[in-house]
Amino acid sequence: MDLQTKLRQEARKLLEEKLVDVVIGYEDEGAPLRTTPCFITDPQDVDRLVWNPFCDHNLARYLTARKDKAAVVAKGCDTRAIVVLINENQIERKNVNILGMPCGGIVDRKKIYNHLKNGDVREAVLKDKVITVKGLEFTADLMVDDFLADCCLSCRHRNPVLCDVQIGENLPPLDVKDEYKKIKQLEESTSEERWEYFRKTLSKCIRCYACREACPLCYCQQCFTDQNFPAWVGKTTDISDTIVFHIMRAFHTTGRCVDCGACERSCPNNVDIRMLTKKIAKDVKELFGDEAGLQLEEKAPLSFYNEDDPQDFIK
Amino acid sequence: MQEQPENWEPRIIAFLCSWCSYAGADLAGVSRRRYSPNVRIVKVPCSGRVNPFYIVKSLQQGCDGVLVSGCHPGECHYSNGNYYARRRFAILKRLLEYIGLEEGRVHFSWVSASEGDKFAKVVNEVTETVRKLGPATRLVKHSPVDGVVN
Repeated sequence: MDLQTKLRQEARKLLEEKLVDVVIGYEDEGAPLRTTPCFITDPQDVDRLVWNPFCDHNLARYLTARKDKAAVVAKGCDTRAIVVLINENQIERKNVNILGMPCGGIVDRKKIYNHLKNGDVREAVLKDKVITVKGLEFTADLMVDDFLADCCLSCRHRNPVLCDVQIGENLPPLDVKDEYKKIKQLEESTSEERWEYFRKTLSKCIRCYACREACPLCYCQQCFTDQNFPAWVGKTTDISDTIVFHIMRAFHTTGRCVDCGACERSCPNNVDIRMLTKKIAKDVKELFGDEAGLQLEEKAPLSFYNEDDPQDFIK
Repeated sequence: MQEQPENWEPRIIAFLCSWCSYAGADLAGVSRRRYSPNVRIVKVPCSGRVNPFYIVKSLQQGCDGVLVSGCHPGECHYSNGNYYARRRFAILKRLLEYIGLEEGRVHFSWVSASEGDKFAKVVNEVTETVRKLGPATRLVKHSPVDGVVN
């Protein structure tokens, strides 16, 4: 039985037995290479649920504002985000039923669009690991594994770290040689080169805040960008304001970011947002030995201290 | 290093905790220690009170350098504010330098109330480092109209 059928069975059971009020999952919205989040409350509707490599949203995003009991379809990284949310007292463990999905990586459709050189995809059919895309004047067979999102290529937590029901068997760990390869490459370049790189990528930002909205951990009731007394960050797309916004948004994810890549995928302008968050995750691991969202009752690294924390940067 | 405009002097903002480093600065003053006049001091209750935004925003508004100074570990008036600050700034400093801010614009130090000499030394060191880097350009926000710092 495939994972999608199993998932539907579990969802039906949960709703019929009234163990949850809603199942949050993915459905096919009809557009090629995409799925959309759906909220299912009626057991008859569970067949809308889908599971495929286009299920790219981090549905933990929808858990924070809920008062009801929700079951949520969650990939490895999504379960880590849920763990962080529980640890930060944003959701109660008993109010969330995690349908854990072992995940072999999701497709970054921007990579497919780039590969097709702007060919307009009208139809996409997934069979096994091959996506057959059709446009007006072309048909192409693409391998899922060639178009995985960047965060999936260096993923070390493909299986749920916490779940109530796991759908399917654990996947073997991915052979990741160096999770931080891209970050290290950039670190080795000169200060000018790095400034140029970030100036270039961040100048594409239009301050739509899609990254913030997609992030399951950006749950502040009032974001610093929305405060105007004091106005911490200018609201213009002036490059200085944009860079300050991204520095501080990334900083706020210190020791919390689970590298699900939702921010980068939601970006309409391909800003390399993960190059900031991943850098911080690397530093947190190096300096404090912490990794976000791996176990319950874990404290965020900036919310406690050790007396012998590194301080060689202090005069 | 860029070419420096004539008569340019670095402008450095220093966030000093009121219990140790500010008293240290005071001691440097009453002991008649001569130190570089390039720092503008902002007194804060604790180094743990320094929001990373203070630093980033200072740089954005045209400060050539930033110094944050607090009590030595174990000597915080509030027991542990500086320990939290230390973790926060370790991450922030690395992030700022990674994003391309020149190494040497942002400094941190521990200066106790009895270390007037150390305060003078730190300020001189910071000023010289920043002087070598020249006026801040990256991160500084300029008005789109006349180009002056906003």
